[in-house]
Amino acid sequence: MASSAARGARIELRGVGVTYAGGAVAVQNVDLDVAAGEFAVFLGPSGSGKSTLLRTINRLIEPTAGAIFIDGVDVRTLDPVVLRRGIGYVIQAVGLFPHLTIGANVGVVPALLGWDRARIAKRVDDLLALVRLEPATYRDRYPRQLSGGEQQRAGVARALAAEPPVLLMDEPFGAVDAIVRASLQDAIRRIHRDLGTTIVFVTHDVDEALRLADRVVVIAAGGIAQAGSPSNVLAAPANDTVRALVGIDAESRRFAETRPLLDRADG
Amino acid sequence: MSFILRHPDIVAARFGEHVLLTFVSLAIALAIAFPLGVLTARNPRIGAITLATLNVIYTIPSLALLAILVAIFGLGMPTAVVALVAYAQMILVRNIAAGLRGVSPAALDAADGLGYTRFGRLVRIEIPLALPAIVGGIRIATVSLIGIATVAAWIDAGGLGTLVFEGLHQDDPDKIIAGSVAAIVLALIADGLLRLAERWTSFRSLS
Repeated sequence: MASSAARGARIELRGVGVTYAGGAVAVQNVDLDVAAGEFAVFLGPSGSGKSTLLRTINRLIEPTAGAIFIDGVDVRTLDPVVLRRGIGYVIQAVGLFPHLTIGANVGVVPALLGWDRARIAKRVDDLLALVRLEPATYRDRYPRQLSGGEQQRAGVARALAAEPPVLLMDEPFGAVDAIVRASLQDAIRRIHRDLGTTIVFVTHDVDEALRLADRVVVIAAGGIAQAGSPSNVLAAPANDTVRALVGIDAESRRFAETRPLLDRADG
Repeated sequence: MSFILRHPDIVAARFGEHVLLTFVSLAIALAIAFPLGVLTARNPRIGAITLATLNVIYTIPSLALLAILVAIFGLGMPTAVVALVAYAQMILVRNIAAGLRGVSPAALDAADGLGYTRFGRLVRIEIPLALPAIVGGIRIATVSLIGIATVAAWIDAGGLGTLVFEGLHQDDPDKIIAGSVAAIVLALIADGLLRLAERWTSFRSLS
């Protein structure tokens, strides 16, 4: 699996802004470099603009200012449909297509790219195994026959189907209970390590951000309040906004401190 | 019932005309209603105007509509087809639009994010998920058209209504009953088959 996977791509945001038609500013003047293979987490309260910022990367939202480059290519020079087929996308509501089997859902992007049946079938089975859904058991089931956690595993598999160098995840584990969330977090960390995909992950959950991120990007009021390693953000909050979000959360500290252990444990 | 037993060939021929009239009208009506339904679902303002217009057509009594259309197109089956197509629009467009509007936003967001084209998303995701509502509309439209098509015999469109009108003129209750019963049977068969289709599509697209 790891050997066949594409390497992660570098993402650069340059002065990115999103102003809605009515004049409301969702995102303002964001500059950010995400290194190839990095796991970046946008952390912020609801309404901070973090999801909007994420959705500018695959052009589901067009920035009204600035530019975005993936491996040096301005995304505006690409057909949005072509761009999106090359970027994995996972959302909180999962959005599996209820009329398609899990196998067909996972194979959606390869089918859009015109792969032949045998290659799609092989890829689907590999991906289901990667997210720990036994292919023989799950391939022919429908989404409604899966639990919430299983559905999101299938959602992750679908996003990775065409070996995208970039994976965008918008609060992907926000709708499941704590135990399932922890197991999904372990799964995505393992997949990130194995595939080297660049991941941009949005959450409002401090524990989740500290647990997953190579770099935490704290978003507040449409801009970057602080960007740094989890321990850096935790130890030296840049301002009161960041401190309010992460500073006094004992639970978060505990997670941050146990992280090295977890990294070894699930490896 | 004795007319059916004495002249099964005549009843069968009228039955065939009735089926043809109904399904030709339905096919044309669907070809028009699909784009209108998509437009209605996508654009609330145009949609409101479309539905209001179709609703006006739908409320015109069938005899009155046929009389108006005869003045324009003359007697015969093509005129009846125009009337049936017009009647079916209201039911079909409303159901197609409702079905498309009912598709979950998560499925649409995922489809966009995965890189479906607009047309690909409509054909592969939205229409399949709207299918129970669309088939429901087709069922109601079909049953309605079978009924209205009976009246269309009045403008020489053929079909089972011909037996009813002939029976009325010739004071032949057997003939009236033969036409009526055959029309009822046709409506029940169509309703039953389309109910099965509706159930099958609901099962498939259940979330």
